[in-house]
Amino acid sequence: MSDPNEALVNAKAVAERITKTRRLNACLTPPKELRASLVQQAAMAHPSGVLYGMPVGVKDNICTLEFTTTCGSRILEGYRSPYEATAVARLKTAGALIAGKSNCDEFAMGSSTEHSAYGRAVHPLDKARVPGGSSGGSAALVAAGVVPAALGSETGGSVRQPASFCGIVGIKPTYGRVSRYGLVAFGSSLDQIGVFGRSVHDAARVLSVISGRDARDTTCEDRDPLRLPTVPESLQGFVIGVPREYFPTDLDPGVRRACDQAIRMMRDLGAAIREVSLPHTAYAVPTYYIIAPAEASSNLARYDGARYGPRFNGSTDVRALYRETRGQGFGAEVRRRILVGTYVLSSGYYDAYYRKAQQMRSLIAQDFRNVFDRGVDLLFTPTTPTPAFKAGEKITDPVAMYLSDIFTVTANLAGLPALSLPIGRIKGLPVGGQLIGQAFLEDEMLEAAYALERVVPAAGEV
Amino acid sequence: MANGWETVIGLETHVQLRTVSKMFCGCSAAFGAPPNTNVCPVCLGLPGALPVANEMAVKLAVRAALALGCTVHAHSVFARKNYFYPDLPKGYQISQFEQPLSTDGSVTYLSPDRGLLTATIARLHLEEDAGKSLHDRFPRRTAVDLNRCGVPLIEIVTGPDFRSPQEARAYLLTLKQVLEYSGISDVDMEKGSLRVDANVSVRRAGETALGTKTEVKNINSFAYVEKALTVERDRQVALRESGGSVVQQTMLYDSKTNSVRAQRLKEESHDYRYFPDPDLPPLVLSPEFIAEQQTALPELPARKRERFVAEYGLSLADAAVLTAERPVADYFEGVVRAGGADAKSAANWVMGEVLGDAKDNGEQLRVTPVGLAQLIGLVKGGTLSHQAAKRVFTDLAAHGGDPRAIAESLGLIQVADTGVLAGWVSDVLGAHANEVSRYQKGETKLLQFFVGQVMKASRGKADPKLTQRLLEEKLTP
Repeated sequence: MSDPNEALVNAKAVAERITKTRRLNACLTPPKELRASLVQQAAMAHPSGVLYGMPVGVKDNICTLEFTTTCGSRILEGYRSPYEATAVARLKTAGALIAGKSNCDEFAMGSSTEHSAYGRAVHPLDKARVPGGSSGGSAALVAAGVVPAALGSETGGSVRQPASFCGIVGIKPTYGRVSRYGLVAFGSSLDQIGVFGRSVHDAARVLSVISGRDARDTTCEDRDPLRLPTVPESLQGFVIGVPREYFPTDLDPGVRRACDQAIRMMRDLGAAIREVSLPHTAYAVPTYYIIAPAEASSNLARYDGARYGPRFNGSTDVRALYRETRGQGFGAEVRRRILVGTYVLSSGYYDAYYRKAQQMRSLIAQDFRNVFDRGVDLLFTPTTPTPAFKAGEKITDPVAMYLSDIFTVTANLAGLPALSLPIGRIKGLPVGGQLIGQAFLEDEMLEAAYALERVVPAAGEV
Repeated sequence: MANGWETVIGLETHVQLRTVSKMFCGCSAAFGAPPNTNVCPVCLGLPGALPVANEMAVKLAVRAALALGCTVHAHSVFARKNYFYPDLPKGYQISQFEQPLSTDGSVTYLSPDRGLLTATIARLHLEEDAGKSLHDRFPRRTAVDLNRCGVPLIEIVTGPDFRSPQEARAYLLTLKQVLEYSGISDVDMEKGSLRVDANVSVRRAGETALGTKTEVKNINSFAYVEKALTVERDRQVALRESGGSVVQQTMLYDSKTNSVRAQRLKEESHDYRYFPDPDLPPLVLSPEFIAEQQTALPELPARKRERFVAEYGLSLADAAVLTAERPVADYFEGVVRAGGADAKSAANWVMGEVLGDAKDNGEQLRVTPVGLAQLIGLVKGGTLSHQAAKRVFTDLAAHGGDPRAIAESLGLIQVADTGVLAGWVSDVLGAHANEVSRYQKGETKLLQFFVGQVMKASRGKADPKLTQRLLEEKLTP
């Protein structure tokens, strides 16, 4: 049993810190509303819960009863969900406090949190830079020490990439490990709720609480919640594969140095390091940018102004209502992806794009199975090709923005668990290393992360 | 075939499954609740909500597929059909497309023109219903009721097999019968639990290629099926005969004016962008599951009809009447099983008195099978005349009770006392001397006249067989 006052103390402290870090624009919930809710939640929180009193930020595309759920979009401005996500309900049952809704790229579409209708989120270490995205608000809050952990969501790297940029831990579980019920859909076959923490353990604790079967989501596997492994003494017996496609010649030299150092340290811990090949890696980004927009074009059809959210037209013509509401309610990136997705599903183009992309997706997943079948336990790669970029740097060049997901989209396409942890800094900016595990073997991936985390100088220059 | 033209019709039938809850959520699927009361985040398509397939709906759909002789596929896939409409809250309907639940079935039905025929079922798949747009509830506004949204449906698609509107109707009646029998659907067209769209084309007699088809929608009642298809067939024939050609389009039937109008092109220029629904895993059915559904199916009308002919020695026509509805077939067999009644009499009573009474009393079968069997037994045993039994039946239907007791209280028990009968016989013969002499000159068919007169004199109580015997004795010179 914890100290029954702990929750209230934490609630007030986190409200205080949110107010002080407003410049990050990481939390969309107004501080006064947040404070009132946290105090109320603290009074209700059950002291026997495993996360008692722990404030957890929640990305604004995950439904909550306490706060609005806008997905960073005008089209859901002021929208209050009548139900809460399974992950959120489980956090509350475990005694955690829902510490507001964090900023994100609109409908999780973006890699910088610049595509939010409520303004860009700011990198905690450099105000000129982006915290990554799309879960940039959650990452910034954890990195700035406002909350010890936060929920994000992943479709193509939206947890790992901002974790890497912000120098914290970000975990994307296996597809089907965590219920998607209440996660506002972007690319349903890729979407998965993920977790940020300042340490592997903080993130893993939260993941354990939200994981496990859910009768409301049939894509969620019928499995018990994830059990946390103990911290291993060594990595003896681990075979860690290093895929050569993730270390192209034009990789940022600082990122390469940080990865080399981490690989050396894992070898020193007793792991066998093996160079491997995932030959279809080059097709991952194009494949992703067919499948994700295709699903998004259908998932976002429901936002038409007819039932909820603002209407941007007073006319009685239903077509005009759709056109105006969707034209003005969605931002440019969302409209772009809806158009791309509509195109690739259109009759006459379906076979050339969508079907082909699905075939390629199978080949990418097969690449991973081939490597794991040959005795490799885990893969290690850089999380992103570069450290955090500057705001405005890629906003006008969608393809450059899309390429910042190049090392992360593969795990989403293959449904595999993956995490990013900080492995050093370049000129003060964090670099993330990525571990990719086998489906539903998060425990092995976490063991390796625990071991590496203990030895790697995460804040040291490389 | 009208004036050298052949009509070709294929039907797409949507049937609402008889489940308690909706296809992908726990909301009630009941008809007639106040607008927008049977709804939840899932069927309202709220952000973040996810569908979970209803197992009972899958069971009923598999039973329907088996009842229609389809191949049920162990692996089928839910797909999204994308289009914008206010009564479609997700912006897509969850259906099945490339990999449907079942294919390649057939239905044997009686064509009024061509006898017993087999219609092919191209596919039968599962989907969810949309909500209802009400255009006449508020002036210049459309109201949306989402109670129906997410109600489970099967779509049954035939080949272009029907050659007349009458055949299409005959098939539908057979389909309705099969689905009703198996408890798969209420099949009530007025409540929208069965909806029909038809593909119609015409060609000159002897042509083998299909003509350009139109799709006729909005046929809201069984009564309109034939009318709507006839109107469209006649429109196409008239068009072709005047040198025009049929345009492939959707025609909406208006039952008030008995006419069709083309749907505006804008309303139908859909590219549905079907793709597998990533929210739902493929529907995987084990051989055991499919076998269980086969076991759960009752004896279907065609099989029952054949059995009634073979087992009870009924004519095909009588068997068809008795098996048209499952409750009637069960009732008939209940009467036979109760003992005392032979199958032929039971069949005649059910088709005559029982169905006649049901027609006037809300389709209720008011006399119990055991009661009817006893009544028939009384006739067979000579205790009641057929006429008297009908009176007892009426009383039995209205008030229930024991047939013999009713017959006694109404004074209808037949008189078999030869002394009493002889009195009536001599009265009748005395009053009809002319007929007696005609009979004696060889006009023996007058015997039935005398029997009738005795029955009249006895107010139906005379035992007809005894009466006949006495009459023959007395009339023999």
